[in-house]
Amino acid sequence: MEHSRNAASMLVLALGLVTIPATASAGKTLDGVKQRGQVVCGVNTSAPGFSSTDSQGRWRGMDVDLCRAVAAAVLHDANKVRYVPLNSQQRFAALQSGEVDILSRNTTWSLTRDASLGIVFTGTINYFDGQGFMVPKKLNISSAKKLNGATVCVQSGTTSEKNVTEFFAANNVKYKSVVFDTAEAIQAAFFAGRCQAYTTDMSDLAGARTHASNPADYVVLPEVISKEPLGPAVRRGDDEWFQIVRWAFYATVEAEELGLTSANADKQRAESKDPAVQRMLGTGEDTGKLLGLDKDWTYRIVKQVGNYGESFEANMGPKTPMGLPRGVNNLWSKGGLLYAPPLR
Amino acid sequence: MPAMAAQAAPSSGARLPPARKRGAWAWLRANLFATVPSTIATVVFVAAIVRALPRVVRWAFTGAVYSADYEACRALEYHAACWGFVTEKYRLILFGRYPYQEQWRPLVATVLVLAALGVSAHPRAWRRWLVVVWAVVLPAFLVLMGGGILGLTRVETGLWGGLPLTVLLTLIGVSASIPLGIVLALGRRSHLPFARGASTLYIELVRGVPLITVLFVASFVFPLVMPRGFRIDVLTRIAAGITLFQAAYMAEVVRGGLQALPRGQYEAAASIGLGWWQTQRRVILPQALVLVIPSFVNSLLSTFMDTSLVTVVSMYDLTGALRLSLGDPQWRNFFLEGYLFVGAVYFVFCFGMSRYSAWLERRLGRWTLRPGAARA
Amino acid sequence: MSRSLLSWSTRSGRARLYQVALAAALLLAAAFLWSNLRGNLASRQIRSGFGFLREPAGFAIGEGPVPYSPSDSYLMALAAGVANTLRAAVVGIVLATVLGTLVGIGRLSRNVLVRGACAAYVEVLRNIPLLLQLLAWYLVATELLPEATSPLQLAPHVYLSKEGLQFPVPVWARGWAFALAAFPLGLLGAWALFRWARSRREHTGHTPQVLWPALLVAIGLPVLGWLSGGAPRELDLPEITTFNVAGGLGMTPEFLSLVLGLATFTAAYIAEIVRSGILAVPHGQTEAAAALGLSTRRVLRLVVLPQALRVIVPPLTSQFLNLTKNSSLAVAIGYPDLVSITNTAINQNGQALECILLIMSVYLTINLLTALGMNWYNRRVALVER
Repeated sequence: MEHSRNAASMLVLALGLVTIPATASAGKTLDGVKQRGQVVCGVNTSAPGFSSTDSQGRWRGMDVDLCRAVAAAVLHDANKVRYVPLNSQQRFAALQSGEVDILSRNTTWSLTRDASLGIVFTGTINYFDGQGFMVPKKLNISSAKKLNGATVCVQSGTTSEKNVTEFFAANNVKYKSVVFDTAEAIQAAFFAGRCQAYTTDMSDLAGARTHASNPADYVVLPEVISKEPLGPAVRRGDDEWFQIVRWAFYATVEAEELGLTSANADKQRAESKDPAVQRMLGTGEDTGKLLGLDKDWTYRIVKQVGNYGESFEANMGPKTPMGLPRGVNNLWSKGGLLYAPPLR
Repeated sequence: MPAMAAQAAPSSGARLPPARKRGAWAWLRANLFATVPSTIATVVFVAAIVRALPRVVRWAFTGAVYSADYEACRALEYHAACWGFVTEKYRLILFGRYPYQEQWRPLVATVLVLAALGVSAHPRAWRRWLVVVWAVVLPAFLVLMGGGILGLTRVETGLWGGLPLTVLLTLIGVSASIPLGIVLALGRRSHLPFARGASTLYIELVRGVPLITVLFVASFVFPLVMPRGFRIDVLTRIAAGITLFQAAYMAEVVRGGLQALPRGQYEAAASIGLGWWQTQRRVILPQALVLVIPSFVNSLLSTFMDTSLVTVVSMYDLTGALRLSLGDPQWRNFFLEGYLFVGAVYFVFCFGMSRYSAWLERRLGRWTLRPGAARA
Repeated sequence: MSRSLLSWSTRSGRARLYQVALAAALLLAAAFLWSNLRGNLASRQIRSGFGFLREPAGFAIGEGPVPYSPSDSYLMALAAGVANTLRAAVVGIVLATVLGTLVGIGRLSRNVLVRGACAAYVEVLRNIPLLLQLLAWYLVATELLPEATSPLQLAPHVYLSKEGLQFPVPVWARGWAFALAAFPLGLLGAWALFRWARSRREHTGHTPQVLWPALLVAIGLPVLGWLSGGAPRELDLPEITTFNVAGGLGMTPEFLSLVLGLATFTAAYIAEIVRSGILAVPHGQTEAAAALGLSTRRVLRLVVLPQALRVIVPPLTSQFLNLTKNSSLAVAIGYPDLVSITNTAINQNGQALECILLIMSVYLTINLLTALGMNWYNRRVALVER
């Protein structure tokens, strides 16, 4: 019967479709990046100094510079990056699912995150931060321990929540917390006066203050209640990509140690006799071969992105609205914590 | 007639003529001053209107600042509206983070879709060529928004936002959920116990959970159940989530239509020898679907309002783009004007759709079902 | 029978064949998704299982009736979330029903101004998305209310500020416990009195007046309980401190804006339901009742309302369920309901699947309980036709 033949053929077709194996290109991240011709970089929706868009829609910031360094190393062009803004709820899921290749989103490196989320931090800390408090100046408070009975705004799903709980418990301070899901919501609530104190990383506080209509009315309290080492993360299980991201960062630190900048890179490449400088600028030993890159990978990083110090001064330094001092984010030789292992 | 009444009146005394039932005074008495509570309510309302109306007009219109002049707005000190906020930010609100230079493309795309909707509105246009129109307009929309061919620069889906995103999600949500909804409705009414059980389970499960949960599933769980290396972007995931959610409600709408058909239709189809699928395709579904067209429009309306929830999963539709524009520290204080603007945009669309649905129901006359217990 | 069970040529055989094929297709799809899931979870080293519920949560929850501290387990955190959801839902439902009934009756009023105002209310609120309304309410609450250091004083010791609404609450003592225990007994006594009055009316035709005695019992028993507990009079009063108002019981602006936003939105739908319910009662019923000589109040209570309720209650129940589901939008305004807390939990431990399953089962349970209650009510009031 025609009727039964139609039904039978539809059935066979349906079963066949279900059993066709999915076209899974289970390639590694590096292959995917090369195939796409772009590094997909997970950044913050808006964190001044780390990743934010300027009025022309261009992304700037220290986290942005890290992704640009990786792109310069792998794809030969620092601009071949696609930025995916992520809020604190989606960031880890986006990295786990493969939506982004690097999560460079001022994320604190912690044991729980390293061990249980299917991601791994490269251990390269591009900003040593700590958690602090910001309060309106008119409350006349000089210390966070005097916040007894205050309401504190905090962002959900961040290390800030846990830290503030422990700090206040240790100092016998009773407080009420209001939890928001996005940085925009929390800043709107704090500047509207919903809560008396805002707690997050110091760099975030400085950035948030630039969003106030009158930044001079707010003051950051002196207490730093936690260690917040901020750095990039990649997916677990891809050592090749892990190495590339890690060493791209260390290349920028080493460049600053050697005094190389994007301005003098070409001149040094032509003239310098120092073997370390020659290695960095592609005229000496080939360090890229072992990472699966070419000889000029560090030269391109220095030339197109600049060294760590340049990135800091341009995004966070005293001349920017953030106005932060180098502090511990300086080279080890100058009393800070940045120490690049030898690139050879 | 008063004369006749006087004639017919008993001699115990002339009665007054009956009070006039028509005319302005009678209308006022009936509608505004009928009883004591009604009179009090009228007095209160009129007093409130007389006091408030001049102030509202002054705040919103006469005293307001219309140009994007921040200093002038600050000088107002909230005594009047600063529509300059809208003038300054309307492109961000309406188009989201779409590249500034290319914003003519989402504008043209949205106008095209709205024009196609307008053409499809009249029942006289419900012919074969309408399918052709939509088969042209929808891909044109995607091409205009996405680019990559015909010389248009590629704009990836993560940057789509504002009103075009709302319209796109609504359209995809409704059109993709219709076939799925029909299948589920047929399954729920089927005689095969397994099919009936599976459909009922899906429908009751999805109708029992909030849309946010489904959006979470789309954001977090879809990537986990896809094969390794298979990536779909956020917009497709969210659109799929909305479709799966709407399909359950659409199934109930179609089921209402199927239930309204008399059994005689099934029996007549059987008597001329049509098989099950032929009956459904040629006799039952055409009638049932026409019956529930007003309910379809209501589903369109509720999907349109539900797309505002994608803000929670960080997609910048109209509501999300408004929050984005309020992030600017300078203009943040004029949030009331922003919310009024976006509320007005939504209201115009939604009120229009509900009026259209009522008109359509009247127009299709006795061939439709009352939209009934439509979902909120 | 010589034909097998799955014969293509018989009707029942074909039916079985289709079902087997459908089941096989669904099973294959499920197996495919499951294997992908296992593979992805393993490769990303995300843990599975519900063991995380016993671990300490580590995050604070801003408000709620459940006593919770960050060292409590995830299970406690989720329980606190459920309590917050139910709290917002119950208050919202009560407010929405009251407001919706008033507006619905107002739309049927003779006064054209009242009718127009109610119609405008319904049309405007139904055509603006709920999320937008909630965000607007929240902005109004946080931007326009005064600072907590100089709050608005609505009544002695009742303060309204950006911290929310704070009012005095009695300090818990034995007297209050007795009063609370006696309250259901008082209600039971009042109900018993009404039933007695009804049976007397049916037997003798004369209705004893039991309103005042019933009120006496309903209020008197709790008062007796309070007195016997030592008549505690101590109140926890809100006081203005250095930062904000401390003490008393408070409703945060998140809670207030969520409840008010949900209530006003749902009231617009309830108004339409009430209106259509009242209109559904044929006018002949009212006329016949008047012909019997019943007073207007008796007509409403005995004739119109029961019939209107039969039409009103089913869609009203689905609106209550919608309100409960819509309360999940609290995540956008910072109220720690179930969805918001689960969001934080997912972010902290990565176990999205288990957490989402938990949320879905909670909402489905609420749905199921309400549906069962509704079915019971429907069976009770169903028209028994010949």
